Amino acid sequence: MIAVASTVSTSWYLGLGAILFTVGAVGLLVRRNPLVMFMCVELMLNAVNLTFVTFAHELDDVGGQVVVFFVLVVAAAEVVVGLGIIVAIFRRRPGATADDLSLMKG
Amino acid sequence: MEAAVFAVSAVIVLAGAFGVILSKNPVHSALSLVATLFGIAVLFIAQDAHFLAAVQVIVYAGAIVVLFLFVIMLLGVDRSENLESESLTGQRPAAILAGLVIGGGLVAVLVTSTITGLPSSGAAPDAESQNVADLGRLLFTEHLFAFEVTSVLLVIAVVGAVMLAKGRQGDVVDADEPVTDLSRPVVPGDDPADDETISDEPIGGRP
Repeated sequence: MIAVASTVSTSWYLGLGAILFTVGAVGLLVRRNPLVMFMCVELMLNAVNLTFVTFAHELDDVGGQVVVFFVLVVAAAEVVVGLGIIVAIFRRRPGATADDLSLMKG
Repeated sequence: MEAAVFAVSAVIVLAGAFGVILSKNPVHSALSLVATLFGIAVLFIAQDAHFLAAVQVIVYAGAIVVLFLFVIMLLGVDRSENLESESLTGQRPAAILAGLVIGGGLVAVLVTSTITGLPSSGAAPDAESQNVADLGRLLFTEHLFAFEVTSVLLVIAVVGAVMLAKGRQGDVVDADEPVTDLSRPVVPGDDPADDETISDEPIGGRP
């Protein structure tokens, strides 16, 4: 983990990805606003993208970058559908938080 | 030089990430997300992923965050949220503990392991060609099926978004009110013989 200061080793990038993923996960668990929770999911996706690109660079393999490309597409589709659902929820009950959505509780 | 680029980008990325989860106002969260995405794009460039850096800026910072801001403005939820109130007792410490476990686990894996695996022979970037050319060649040869499936996914997402946004006419239900009779049709004018009293209402359904 502790590398020479002048050159950036791969583990620095991977460590940054790990920290970013952790921040996103904690935010997803802590925040109650559905929109902010969604942004935290984006943070986690970006952490994974960074890790993929780092490994692609390290192993000289463009395949990792192709995976990131697909992750981007899936993230875009996910945001479209997720925001559609959020808009539908907010239309029925303005100011709803994630705690209020307990209609399906057994 | 590379260390400086990494340090600055990492600071921007982490500051943006903490801004997302600590801002009271969702608009500030979205703007912090832009900072994080730009930092990630710079790190992509530092690792020779030029095409992905461009796509990151265009798709993420350009489209996705704008969509977020659009929804925030559309719903009018750009008011501050009280972060101190805790609706579920003990949920926040448990969440932070879970975060520490996740982060500790990831960093522990990072510290204790070494990257094995041979450098690629098949998909190695060509020295003469550009990054975009490599990516495109791989996308349309090896990953062609996944690429086509992606188009189906996008069509499904578009159709789903349209269906979600369309809504139903005259279907305003107060969700706070408990549903007493599930057999009662929600859509007005479903079966006139079912309920005679409904015919007293003016045509056009309920207000």
